[in-house]
Amino acid sequence: MNRLFSSRLLPLLATALVLLVLFGAAGAHYEHFFSARVVLNLFKDRAFLGVIAIGMTFVILSGGIDLSVGSVMACSTVLLASLIMERGWPVPLAMAATLVLGAAFGGAQGWIIHRYGIPAFLVTLAGMFLARGTAFILSSRSLEIRHAFYAKNSAWGLPLGEGLTFTLGPMVFVSVLAVAMVVAHGTRFGRNVYAIGGSESSAALMGLPVGGTRIAVYALCGGGAALGGILSTLALGSGDPTRGMGLELDAIAAAVIGGTVLTGGRGWMVGTFLGVLILGTIKTILDFEGSLDPAWLRLASGGLLLGFILMQKVIAIRSRET
Amino acid sequence: MNRFRTPLLWPLAALVALLVFNALASPGFFDVEWKDGRLYGTVVDICNQGARVPMLLALGMTLVIATGGVDLSVGSLMAVSGAVAAVQVNAGASLGQAVGLALLLCSGLGLVNGVLIAKVRLQPIIATLVMMVAGRGLAMLLTGSQMVPFKHEGLTFLANGAVGGLPVPIPLVLGVALLAGVALRGSAWGLFIEATGDNETASRLAGLPTGGVRLLVYAFSGLCAGMSGLLEASNIAAADPARMGDTRELDAIFAVVAGGTALTGGRFSLAGSLVGALLLQTLTLTLYNQNVPPAVAPVPKALVILVVCLLHSPKLREQWGRWRSPSPA
Amino acid sequence: MSGILQLHGIEKRFGDFAALRGVSLELRAGEIHALMGENGAGKSTLIKVITGVHAATAGTMELEGRAIRPGSPREAERAGISTVYQEVNLLPNLSLAENITMGRQAMWGPFIRHGEGRRRARAALARLGVEVDVARPLGACPVAVQQMAAIARALEQRARVLILDEPTSSLDAREVAELFGVLRRLRDEGMGILFVSHFLDQIYALSDRITVLRDGGYVGTWEAAALPRLELVSHMIGKPVAAAEACAAKEEASAGPRRGAVVEVAELERKGVAGPFSFALEAGGATGLAGLLGSGRTEVARMLFGIDPATSGSVRVDGRVVSLTSPRAAMAAGFAFCSEDRKVEGILPSLSVRENIVLALQASRGALRRLPRAEQEALADTFIKALHIKTRGPETPMGALSGGNQQKCLLARWMAVQPRLLILDEPTRGIDIGAKGEIEALCAELRRGGLAILFISAELEEVVRNCSRVVVLRDRQQAEVLEGGAISLRQIMETVAAA
Repeated sequence: MNRLFSSRLLPLLATALVLLVLFGAAGAHYEHFFSARVVLNLFKDRAFLGVIAIGMTFVILSGGIDLSVGSVMACSTVLLASLIMERGWPVPLAMAATLVLGAAFGGAQGWIIHRYGIPAFLVTLAGMFLARGTAFILSSRSLEIRHAFYAKNSAWGLPLGEGLTFTLGPMVFVSVLAVAMVVAHGTRFGRNVYAIGGSESSAALMGLPVGGTRIAVYALCGGGAALGGILSTLALGSGDPTRGMGLELDAIAAAVIGGTVLTGGRGWMVGTFLGVLILGTIKTILDFEGSLDPAWLRLASGGLLLGFILMQKVIAIRSRET
Repeated sequence: MNRFRTPLLWPLAALVALLVFNALASPGFFDVEWKDGRLYGTVVDICNQGARVPMLLALGMTLVIATGGVDLSVGSLMAVSGAVAAVQVNAGASLGQAVGLALLLCSGLGLVNGVLIAKVRLQPIIATLVMMVAGRGLAMLLTGSQMVPFKHEGLTFLANGAVGGLPVPIPLVLGVALLAGVALRGSAWGLFIEATGDNETASRLAGLPTGGVRLLVYAFSGLCAGMSGLLEASNIAAADPARMGDTRELDAIFAVVAGGTALTGGRFSLAGSLVGALLLQTLTLTLYNQNVPPAVAPVPKALVILVVCLLHSPKLREQWGRWRSPSPA
Repeated sequence: MSGILQLHGIEKRFGDFAALRGVSLELRAGEIHALMGENGAGKSTLIKVITGVHAATAGTMELEGRAIRPGSPREAERAGISTVYQEVNLLPNLSLAENITMGRQAMWGPFIRHGEGRRRARAALARLGVEVDVARPLGACPVAVQQMAAIARALEQRARVLILDEPTSSLDAREVAELFGVLRRLRDEGMGILFVSHFLDQIYALSDRITVLRDGGYVGTWEAAALPRLELVSHMIGKPVAAAEACAAKEEASAGPRRGAVVEVAELERKGVAGPFSFALEAGGATGLAGLLGSGRTEVARMLFGIDPATSGSVRVDGRVVSLTSPRAAMAAGFAFCSEDRKVEGILPSLSVRENIVLALQASRGALRRLPRAEQEALADTFIKALHIKTRGPETPMGALSGGNQQKCLLARWMAVQPRLLILDEPTRGIDIGAKGEIEALCAELRRGGLAILFISAELEEVVRNCSRVVVLRDRQQAEVLEGGAISLRQIMETVAAA
């Protein structure tokens, strides 16, 4: 019983441990690492990744994968910028339209995957190119967003004293996380996602709505990518068709490092949160160590990814044997 | 009847259609010129660029897909290969050393993919996705994340030189394809690969070394990616670890699927994949000629690959059949 | 007692093949009704029709007097018909409580009341006398508990009819006893239970009435107490007891040069699966494995061919111990194996007949010593002619052939490697009568050529006809070895049916 418990939560504990060790080691090594500013910056910097990783976690939980998120995010930033700057749409309306289109794009991918049984990686790989190309069609260059709403809100936030503010990005990230945790754990939709990832045929035999849930999951992920795009325009004040290259890998890595099993059905939203923080911490360390090669970021996330996948494999084999 | 079912028919037809369109839309498309002991012309360019990346990658990817897998790491392995070669020649290594080391490393990394898939039994997308991330990291580490230019006649010759009037990549890729074809069809490896992809369990029970087959195809895919990376680096006389080979895996999958090898595995056609790669390159050039910006070019490519996959989808065929002959329910 | 579920003339066709031909069945409230039949009898198709996985081609169903026609498992469940499958069809990654309440959770607005769900799950399990932590993931529970969870789910869905498809195949004796206690209790509460099992002991211990299907047709329904075991077995295999007396080993079966034992199997066992088995196989002789479905027939074959290797015991070939840890190792020892599952473990559907035939020979030669194309063609031609394989040509894809011709190709695949021992698992299943005869004749010829054959078939008559020695299996163990004149259908049936 005890061992069972530990093996179920082991990935999450390992993730937390890795985060603590990383943060502790960095704090011991660099002065000023243990500071509210560093932590806040980490949140601010990774907010859009966090939102996207949460959408990705839903997809992976359902047993799928979505490689299009980075491009959808880029496309959303450009769409939003051009709606506001070139068409003069009111900001809230433009944001809503971006969200809806992102979700519709994701939902369409989910529909093709479900309806025609084409592998998810292929459909979303094609989606990745479609969205990236569309971003370039909308604008081949970075579009600056100059608008009163942005001027007012990009710096807006809860003052925390000492000149620090908890800005909009991190706020959205944390709220999305909270909602995602509730949805995943406490609603029929969330449990159906886990059910499909656990065994699609059993879920169908139990009479659960497999097709609708799958399409909704990809729509959610597309919507998450669009929201990530909106956050990145708030943080950077522009829309850019080249943004978010390779972001899909970071999102997958965050979910997997956080204990979500790539074959679906097992994982935690809070784990993804920890995964995002781990990736953010590695990045922050690289920033502190100015001379250190950014290649280490890739290698570290690749290594962590493989390590956690292998750990999941070992746990799966062990639990089958007992 | 049977002759019309050859997998080559559709990609060839599409290729011819595109070529005809180009011939009409841009006069001089087929002009070829002999200058300084080599051929110049649009068609030669298509073949050359097609040979450098999509064709080479497609050769490896064909075998991987024939076993029912996929290799997403080829783009990153291209970057690794280019980085190794560039760093080596800059450090004074000979062409043979640089090329040998690059190819050895890429085959080795491909083999690691194979081990993760055949022995650890990870899903192919997952294992090669990890390699895609880690390989890119390795390439950047080798070069300090910088573009590494080099001046080395031998290495530059690979992509820019000419053999018998043709740019080196064309005879090179044809040679590799011929060698691979002869090796696969002259031995039983071709049969083993198709059998593994068609029904792995039955193949194992018939005594086939299905694990070995997987190791082999992923190592070969790595090797092809390595060669392609060398040519890309040679072409611009530099290794670009961050961008080289980026998203090229889709090109390779496109060529293979368009060339008539099903994503579900089984029968494969190297010739079909080569034609598929040429089709891709011609499409790219056509778009360029029609003033579609290069950054937008992936859109039609992605649409084509989706349509081809939809046509392969048994579910769509089922619905199509039902629509054509409404069966008595 | 009234009929709670009534089936009238249920028919199910898949293309030209009739899986069910006019099956009628009445399940009463408060009874446990056993559904019996050999492979291909139509049991699982019938269950799938009742549970809405398949739609019947013809016939009607009534539940408590109202006509029903469930279009999906969900509809069947809603109507009150729940099913517990052998491979528990629940979700291993979710908790017991969630599995039991999934799809019908107690809600508070849009939110699931997990506490209420756990309480209901505990209550449902308590009705079955099971006390476990319902928050545990299903996959971490023993199969017995998983099965109880599936039954609890049925209770939670207010099922009136419970169907159990081979629920006991992975349970130990104590767990079976507990399960039976639960089923009896549910019966006494008025539920109608349809029970599928291959274990005669269990059928007689549990069921009130027995319905037998054979080849998709309805054979009859009997009170369990009034049906002797021998008679039940004879209904299942379709041979009257009287006729069984007459069918004894033919002279032909013992013909062929006897050259002493080639393969000696000693105490071969795969722990927790089947065994131990001890028997010998002779060159030029055919040894049969007889027993009902689930008696361990296939498991023996899989151990011998190294697919699921034995955990203890030994196998000697010509007196030397051989290691059978993989199919390749078994092939090196001179073994060949035709699986009963042609589709999954036999054919390569998109490759040609020629390639399918040369595959094993090529595998044993290794990849580098490719059989020249001309030799491959000659080999394929020889076998196509010798075995009368009906195909457009050697290059036709295997998937285009009929079942019988595919089977012949697989035989050819193994004949091509010239093995010492050929293991044939259900070589005549699902193929027409003419092809059956040809395959049997082929076996006889192979034996005359000095090959040892291990012949596995659910059709006992076929075993009697073809074998000079028969190992009778019961409950995944060796029950008896019959030789020569001692082989008779009656003897095998009695051993199989023994309590």
